[in-house]
Amino acid sequence: MKRLLIFLLCLLPVLAYANEARDMADDPVLEKRMIGLAQNLRCLVCQNESLASSHSGLAEDLRREVREQMTKGMTDQEIIDYLVSRYGDFVLFDPPVKRYTLVLWYGPFALLIIGLIGLVVQLRKRKKDIVEVQLSAEDAHRAADLLNSTKD
Amino acid sequence: MMRFIWPFIVFVGLAGFLYVGLGLNPHEVPSPLINKAAPAFNLTQLHDPSKQFTNEEMKGKVWLLNFWASWCAACQGEHPVLLALSRKNIVPIYGVDYKDNPMDGEGWLARNGGDPYTLIVTDPSGRLGIDYGVYGVPETYVIDKQGMIRYKQIGPVTNQNLRETILPLVAELQAK
Repeated sequence: MKRLLIFLLCLLPVLAYANEARDMADDPVLEKRMIGLAQNLRCLVCQNESLASSHSGLAEDLRREVREQMTKGMTDQEIIDYLVSRYGDFVLFDPPVKRYTLVLWYGPFALLIIGLIGLVVQLRKRKKDIVEVQLSAEDAHRAADLLNSTKD
Repeated sequence: MMRFIWPFIVFVGLAGFLYVGLGLNPHEVPSPLINKAAPAFNLTQLHDPSKQFTNEEMKGKVWLLNFWASWCAACQGEHPVLLALSRKNIVPIYGVDYKDNPMDGEGWLARNGGDPYTLIVTDPSGRLGIDYGVYGVPETYVIDKQGMIRYKQIGPVTNQNLRETILPLVAELQAK
């Protein structure tokens, strides 16, 4: 009796199938497109995660929303515009070039140019500071002597 | 001496930026809906599921729209502030029971000292939340007589932000 019970208990895990992730769309092509889009969108709850990888409730809702809009035939750009109109540019991992993102986009290049100008100015200044010492005739003679003496 | 001036200025500038950055809250994402029309809705009421409520009915009034949920911990801290505000009858507070089971919502109100809301609608799917750009409850919107969103409080309403921001704005909008 006990053995039978143990045997039956051993069979129990067979029932424990892993389930599909709950919020998968039926259409794998659409799901792939949704994930592709969501990878470039930020989850607002856990801000360094993308909408595609986040497990937060809001991210699940937004994925569902994106999926539904795709089934309705909206283009990726329309869906992005929809989300930006509600959550702002912050949802985009790739922020657009705007007046207040100019520093973000071009600041590094500006710094590079400032650095290069600084470098050129410094090098020129140094060139001026280092005065080339003229060798007097006497010194040249001594140097020649020394060089000749080492030869022997 | 002069050769240290420029590095020093750069250091002070950088330190200034970093100091300001320390005080910023990255979880406060400015809403693009400010000064835009509040998204329209027509949803089931929490206390009387046979009835609907639409924000069209609020034209001509200044009101607050507060997203809360029974599962939201910060809402518990906010609740006494809303209860006190509702007793003063300054501005009507409308509630959205966000991504919640209506039964849980009712139970939570009963456990937490009562219902400060003029009316509550339910948003079990969270769709209204998406329309309003909600990304964490509690969030509260100040909506003016023309149905425009004028302010969004991210995180709980406190006595301080009521006194400093929300109530002066409400008074200004009501006077218009």
